[in-house]
Amino acid sequence: MATENAGGSPVEYIQHHLTNLSVGEGFWQLNIDTIFFSVLLGALIVFVAMRIGRGLRAETPNGLQNAAEGILEFVDEQIRDSFGSRAPKIIAPLALTILLWVWLMNFMDLIPVDLLPAIASGLGVEYLKVVPTTDLNTTLAMALFVFALTIYYSIKVKGLGGYIKMFLFHPFGKFLIPINIVMTTIDELAKPISLALRLFGNMFAGELVFLLIALLTLGATISASLLIWFPLQVVLDMAWIAFHILVITLQAFIFMVLTIVYIGMAHTLDDH
Amino acid sequence: MSISITLLAQLIAFVLMVWLVNKYLWAPLSALMEARRKKIADGLSASERGKHELKLAQERSTELLREAKDKANDIIAQANSRSNQILEEARNNAKTEAERVVAQANAEIDREVNRAKEELRAQVADVAATGAERILKREVTDKDHESAISDLIARI
Repeated sequence: MATENAGGSPVEYIQHHLTNLSVGEGFWQLNIDTIFFSVLLGALIVFVAMRIGRGLRAETPNGLQNAAEGILEFVDEQIRDSFGSRAPKIIAPLALTILLWVWLMNFMDLIPVDLLPAIASGLGVEYLKVVPTTDLNTTLAMALFVFALTIYYSIKVKGLGGYIKMFLFHPFGKFLIPINIVMTTIDELAKPISLALRLFGNMFAGELVFLLIALLTLGATISASLLIWFPLQVVLDMAWIAFHILVITLQAFIFMVLTIVYIGMAHTLDDH
Repeated sequence: MSISITLLAQLIAFVLMVWLVNKYLWAPLSALMEARRKKIADGLSASERGKHELKLAQERSTELLREAKDKANDIIAQANSRSNQILEEARNNAKTEAERVVAQANAEIDREVNRAKEELRAQVADVAATGAERILKREVTDKDHESAISDLIARI
């Protein structure tokens, strides 16, 4: 796993791995690797979906269609659990997209940390960060879209007055309006931020652990005695992959369920 | 690692993905599954209806069977009485026929007896005349003869 492309010290190695391939500076920094891999994985979903869509059979569904139907029913069940039957039309494809896309983007974490960057450096690309969900921009973008939808449905269901009233009277009733405004604002803002940071943090930490495991034999090109750690490295790597398969699935699932729950909460009428 | 224009790009990508997933995966697949669900539900209700109809038909068939049995019993009873009637008629006919035959035979016998009597009477007259001739040893005149015979015939 260890390669020479990071050059010297462990710190440099890790920093190198955590740097995006990007153009532009400051706010105008565009992370090409993040966009490339997320769009690639999105294209994969669409490609597979089109393949399933071409051979749709109602009577005798084949393997791929069965899998898709299973996932679809799973998502549908989650939605029905929190919405009943009055779910808005966008929620189902939204939840399905999150589950599939986030899972695939998380899955990039399981590809050996140095494999794709090494290939890229062979092709003359200096930096490459392959997991789009370790980029806060990705997770926050999805979280903000969900947040926008919760506001939209809140206003749609409760009316603009009802939405403002929620800020004024929500946790403590009408005598503590200033505190209510602060509390509800924090409450509302915490939703997208926690949604984005949870996924980002988990994936980032997972990536970091893979990097640390890779560090065990990093200096092997310099001092062969480091190879003594190789068996330990293999064992640790396998253990962390096994655990991480659960983590990436769980994080994709949590993101989906919380999206459904947040939009579902926006749909419940205020009972104060 | 900081927030940048990438966020906007990812936001657009995400919205696009939701749209594409809806268009190519969710919409066709859920429509298909909905159609299948409906088909299964229809099939189940149809089978329920079929079961109900079968039950009705069974009831109807037992009803018909019972009616048919009743009718058959009626017919058998009728046939029995009719056969008894025919038997009775035949018996009566045979009786009257027998009586007729017997009566005829009796009449025949009577006639035969009378004829035999007649013959016997004539023969007796002859014998008597011959006997008288022999006794008298003389020819009786025809007149005497006749009167004597008549006398005899009357006495027999």
